Amino acid sequence: MTKDGKQAAMLLDRSDVRVKHETGVSDAVRAFFDRVKSGDLGSLPVVAGLIIIWTVFASLNPIFLSSNNLVNLLFDASTVGVISLGIVCVLMVGEIDLSVGSISGFASALVGTLWVNQGWPIALAIVAAVAVGGLFGCLYAVLFNRLGMPSFISTLAGLLAVLGMQLYVLGATGSINLPYGSAIVDFGQLLVMPRPVSYTLAVIPGIVLLVSGLRTITHRRAAQLSAPSVGGIVFRAVVMTTALELVVFYLNQGRGIPWMFGLFVGLVVAMSYALTRTRWGRSMTAVGGNREAARRAGINVRFIYMSAFVLCSMFAAFGGVLSAARLASASQQAGTGDVNLNAIAAAVIGGTSLFGGRGSAYSALLGIIVIQSIANGLTLLDLSSSLRYMITGAVLAIAVIVDSLARRSRVSHGRA
Amino acid sequence: MTDISDETFPSGEPVLSLRGVSKNFGAVSALTDIDLDVHAGEVVALVGDNGAGKSTLVKILAGVHQPTSGTITFSGEAVTLANPSTALNLGIATVFQDLALCENLDVVANIFLGRELSPLKLDETAMEVRAWTLLNELAARIPSVRIPIASLSGGQRQTVAIARSLLLEPKLILLDEPTAALGVAQTAEVLNLIERVRDRGLGVVMISHNMEDVRAVADRIVVLRLGRNNGIFYPDASNHELVGAITGAADNSVSRRARRLQVPVNSNQEGHP
Repeated sequence: MTKDGKQAAMLLDRSDVRVKHETGVSDAVRAFFDRVKSGDLGSLPVVAGLIIIWTVFASLNPIFLSSNNLVNLLFDASTVGVISLGIVCVLMVGEIDLSVGSISGFASALVGTLWVNQGWPIALAIVAAVAVGGLFGCLYAVLFNRLGMPSFISTLAGLLAVLGMQLYVLGATGSINLPYGSAIVDFGQLLVMPRPVSYTLAVIPGIVLLVSGLRTITHRRAAQLSAPSVGGIVFRAVVMTTALELVVFYLNQGRGIPWMFGLFVGLVVAMSYALTRTRWGRSMTAVGGNREAARRAGINVRFIYMSAFVLCSMFAAFGGVLSAARLASASQQAGTGDVNLNAIAAAVIGGTSLFGGRGSAYSALLGIIVIQSIANGLTLLDLSSSLRYMITGAVLAIAVIVDSLARRSRVSHGRA
Repeated sequence: MTDISDETFPSGEPVLSLRGVSKNFGAVSALTDIDLDVHAGEVVALVGDNGAGKSTLVKILAGVHQPTSGTITFSGEAVTLANPSTALNLGIATVFQDLALCENLDVVANIFLGRELSPLKLDETAMEVRAWTLLNELAARIPSVRIPIASLSGGQRQTVAIARSLLLEPKLILLDEPTAALGVAQTAEVLNLIERVRDRGLGVVMISHNMEDVRAVADRIVVLRLGRNNGIFYPDASNHELVGAITGAADNSVSRRARRLQVPVNSNQEGHP
């Protein structure tokens, strides 16, 4: 006891005796409940929501939880998920992009026209579509930075204007079919990871967690800072690897893990690194939290807004390309209807705040799985689309209510 | 009284020296012919009524505004403070009245905001060590540097803002109303902090409306009135003198109020011996 006290006194960040630091398991559990009570919910609502949704749908229709249906779900989730990843970027800086659906539809129309009708190489057509998407984001950023136009309005105008362009590009025929058997359609509909590859990939997160965790411990000990315990890191790595391998095993009973979903997860991980481990990501969070403070700290606020809008539109365009591959067509319906709201709802349900300054790339991944589970489950129940819209709308409303209440609670508990 | 060039100060050459600085906003002269000297290891208090030009002067020194005329000499060289980063790079740090902290970020992130170590792979350990070193030098009591600013008290936030201004090892630090929003204990903490910053050999310019705070830490008190120098005082000056210089008259609302309050107190004492 006294020995512990002495050791703690030597650590730089444990010198304040007034602060209670959790040491054992019971303290960790108590700290977790304190955090939740004060409104720092993290990914708790989304996990709880997912359990409820899956229980309900599984009891109504056992097929819902079959491997092949879940694989299908992952195929569908990847397209809107990529769009949602862009939404996370703009929400981080406290802005919104309502035109992501239209941009995704326009991008799919562009790919259809350039590739199928004009005979461009597919890769070039995709790059062109994503670049055009980036141009829209650039335009929103200029309107926002130079003219002070609220992003809500500029992107609402963009929603209509870009939809118009989509209809114009598609012309009288209204839809372009992408040829079956082409690489991109296979990618969107068929390609799954070979079994050994999927098992190997599922080990990587655990190894990364272990290596980076151990490195952090060494660095912090060398710098005389308190460090997490080695046992805890090993435990988390083992639990994570086991869980991932089980999921992969179950999905491999069906068709297997879609490469498209692998691409989506790769993008999520890359964005997560960029948002949490780089100066750019720190600046994004700062601008979302307090724009004026960020400006006075020497951050180029206009560049940060520009990067957020451009990334969002580019992700939207890329998501549109993926959904064209998924549907093997570029049609007038692409990107309309619920794509916009699903993408935004996924980010919010996953835990990214509508008010800016709080969020993570993983919220797009978690959120889109919730949204897609609802859509998939309701389709399996063969409900009319009227009911599906109502239920999805209600879920979005609940997600935003949880976000608002958690924010209020955080403010009253002094947790930003 | 405005001529302070022949003022002798023990520390020798001033860190910062302003001569004839004026600032016009259109037809309004916010500052006229301001002279100001700040030496190393000295706290200069800038006092004056609302609209006296204190904040404008601080903004000129922070590089937010550019003076219409006059010269600014910093460390013996004439300088032009074109923007906030120029001032920052020269070694002039500013703690603004609203602190300009991001409540959603933790203490380390706020201290290093815009100046993070290794931008492509943030070195959190090194930043945390540096943050603790800065805070410990100020003898600051922050429970943890890994909690968001929102969970800190006003005084603790002020401490973080001051620690952040010290990150780039400035020669001069400007504090705009550092105690305005603070309670009694937090105010004392911040005044202690100012003294520690001075003891590190930095020049400090502090704006305040609170004469008690000013007298407690300032080595010199520079009074501005209607955009002009209106006298230099030392902490032993009486309240009457200071208020007179600030308001520009011996007979002012403060002295009248003081007289009015004195009368009933005296009669009271006579009534109950």
